[in-house]
Amino acid sequence: MEAILDNFKFKAARALTELTLGPPGVIAPEKSSVVGQKCNKRALPEKNDGATSPVAKAQVVGWPPVRAYRMNSFRARKGEVDDDGCGIYVKVSMDGAPYLRKVDLKAYNGYKELRGALEDMFKCCSLGGEEGYDESEYAITYEDKDGDWMLVGDVPWGMFISSCKRMRIMKGSEARGLSSSA
Amino acid sequence: MAAKRKKELEGEEKPQENRISTFPDEVLERVLVFVKSHKDRSAVSLVCKDWYNAERWSRTHVFIGNCYSVSPEMVARRFPNIRSLTLKGKPRFYDFNLVPPEWGADIHSWLVIFALAYPFLEELRLKRMTVTDDSLEYLARSFPGFKALSLVSCDGFSTNGLASVASYCRNLTELDIQESGIDDLGGSWLSCFPDNFTSLEALNFANLHSEVNFDSLERLVARCKSLRVLKVNKHVTLEQLRRLLIRAPQLMELGTGSFSQDHKLRSDTELENAFSNCKNLHTISGLWVVSSLYLPALYPACSNLTFLNLSYAPLQSTELAKLLPSCPLLRRLWVLDTVEDKGLEAVGSSCRLLEELRVFPADPFDQEIMLEGGHSGVTESGFISVSEGCPNLHYVLYFCRQMTNVAVATVVRNCPNFTHFRLCIMNMCQPDYLTNEPMDEAFGAVVKSCTKLRRLAVSGLLTDCAFEYIGTYAKNLETLSVAFAGSSDRGMQCVLQGCPKLRKLEIRDSPFGNAALLSGLERYESMRSLWMSACKVTMSGCRLLAREMPRLNVEVIKEDEGDDIQAEKVYVYRSVAGPRRDAPPFVLTL
Repeated sequence: MEAILDNFKFKAARALTELTLGPPGVIAPEKSSVVGQKCNKRALPEKNDGATSPVAKAQVVGWPPVRAYRMNSFRARKGEVDDDGCGIYVKVSMDGAPYLRKVDLKAYNGYKELRGALEDMFKCCSLGGEEGYDESEYAITYEDKDGDWMLVGDVPWGMFISSCKRMRIMKGSEARGLSSSA
Repeated sequence: MAAKRKKELEGEEKPQENRISTFPDEVLERVLVFVKSHKDRSAVSLVCKDWYNAERWSRTHVFIGNCYSVSPEMVARRFPNIRSLTLKGKPRFYDFNLVPPEWGADIHSWLVIFALAYPFLEELRLKRMTVTDDSLEYLARSFPGFKALSLVSCDGFSTNGLASVASYCRNLTELDIQESGIDDLGGSWLSCFPDNFTSLEALNFANLHSEVNFDSLERLVARCKSLRVLKVNKHVTLEQLRRLLIRAPQLMELGTGSFSQDHKLRSDTELENAFSNCKNLHTISGLWVVSSLYLPALYPACSNLTFLNLSYAPLQSTELAKLLPSCPLLRRLWVLDTVEDKGLEAVGSSCRLLEELRVFPADPFDQEIMLEGGHSGVTESGFISVSEGCPNLHYVLYFCRQMTNVAVATVVRNCPNFTHFRLCIMNMCQPDYLTNEPMDEAFGAVVKSCTKLRRLAVSGLLTDCAFEYIGTYAKNLETLSVAFAGSSDRGMQCVLQGCPKLRKLEIRDSPFGNAALLSGLERYESMRSLWMSACKVTMSGCRLLAREMPRLNVEVIKEDEGDDIQAEKVYVYRSVAGPRRDAPPFVLTL
């Protein structure tokens, strides 16, 4: 009995290092080296090690004891925010605006969202909010790792957020020099 | 409106000299009104028959720790004037999917009896009960004076049920559905509160996934001037939160919505101002999707904070370290292990008054593939740091991946006043990672040092030795949780024989069999319940227990047809109501 128990504990420890794609908190299919539930009666299925599908991690129902609502909220959260929790914050200045803003580039999925956010942010201080403000009259630029000022939108989004150090919204004639013709 | 106690004519009229008290029963009842604790009231009721009667007539709140230990009819017969009821249903391991969903603990049969017996019922507080929409509607319509509904870890209802409550409970003061598994059919329930409804004092819908109509919420908050608890869900943005805070600066408990970037936020200063206007805040929670950019807005609200629940906010250690100095009066702190040991060092240095710490795992199932190697999370060193800085610590829940015996011994030497010690080493059966020894000495140190210990959860590699320690020293222990531990029946026997105050014992996946089960024969009637799953108990052992102890309900949960010998899941509890009448087919009462 002692040997079985030791074996079970060993299996438990080893099983935890196996990778899985299965959902958490779900007991693995019968054929994998399941721990816990059957340890007191059946011999541990050592011969199944080879047969264990690479997908099935021997997870045990209800272990660790984290309540379902906590897991649900965490899983939902992961879809919304990047995993490591650190944003990429860059300063944004706008010509003529009295103060700068900071944005978290990780909060956006692409250029369109970023543009929308910047418009929202600076609408209230765009030269008194005059009507007829034509958005093609400004260009969003950014300073990259090399210190060069580039037009936002040329490179793939992922590359952009990893190289952007800060942004500047340029107006009028200055912008024309950089804006693409289209 | 309380039911008046009639002077019972036969047998109750006693000559003066036979009475223990020489003042009339009505006076005794008036005095007993001040006895609130249900334990004290139980004691009062045992003094003599007069006191039993005076107590039962004056009792307004009943606490029932196991809904199957008594029937609603019995409760109604004994206590005529109940206004408030607290009921707990399923065994705690239900939270970890060890109990099948249709197990029971349905509130409806209670409501039906109470609609007749207690039409003036005001409060219902349920934990781990099944509550359907029909029941909620029945409740809302049957009790005109109903005030407070609290559903903790309940399930079976949807937002439609909430709509019924909002629509019909004119005098509602509290609606709290924390942690309940609710079928979310949309947020329109909140708009069901009538426009002239103003009595709300506490509202908690933090766990709901769907968005409520913000205008309705804002108007509700604005007109309920006594609102002191507001916990919103993550759909409420920072700007919306700011507007709510402006309306309700009197709030004492706040659950924020999403604390992340909000383009509509007018300015950070305005947010800070909204927070600093709330001078009565003692509890903050929520902080779903937190962006550290906005955390400083909280600081002005933290000066009187006693409870900070960051267990949904994956903060880094630096963010926590910056926040904590603003919370000098903090007594309870819940965090995720993303704060790591460094974060816990900050706790130790900033929170001298801390009494309770809970560290939850951000990634309990090891799903994050860590590029830099090694797991993040907290270790024994964070635990020690907290114990060094927080001498008043008496409640800990700590999830970690490694621990040592020496570390635990150090912690309890620094903090000998633990009443609740729940350590979860997430890797099953893991020994002391430095010495490779079992973790027996760790828990031995806990029970030797912490004489006031009432609740203990053990983990890691444990032999019977750990349980011998528990049985020898843990004389005040009331609740014990065991998983993947022990070497033989002796372990469980030591606990049952050695812990006189034990009330709840829950065991899973441990090698305790019939001998262990039966050694507790004398004990179970003084306990609330015993749970054993995936142990070595057999059907015949359970049948023997049931036969010897007729006042216990011995229930076996049989999920697969295979085995007629092993008793996979056993739930034993005392009951004056006899066997369950609503048991599903997979629950066998022996």
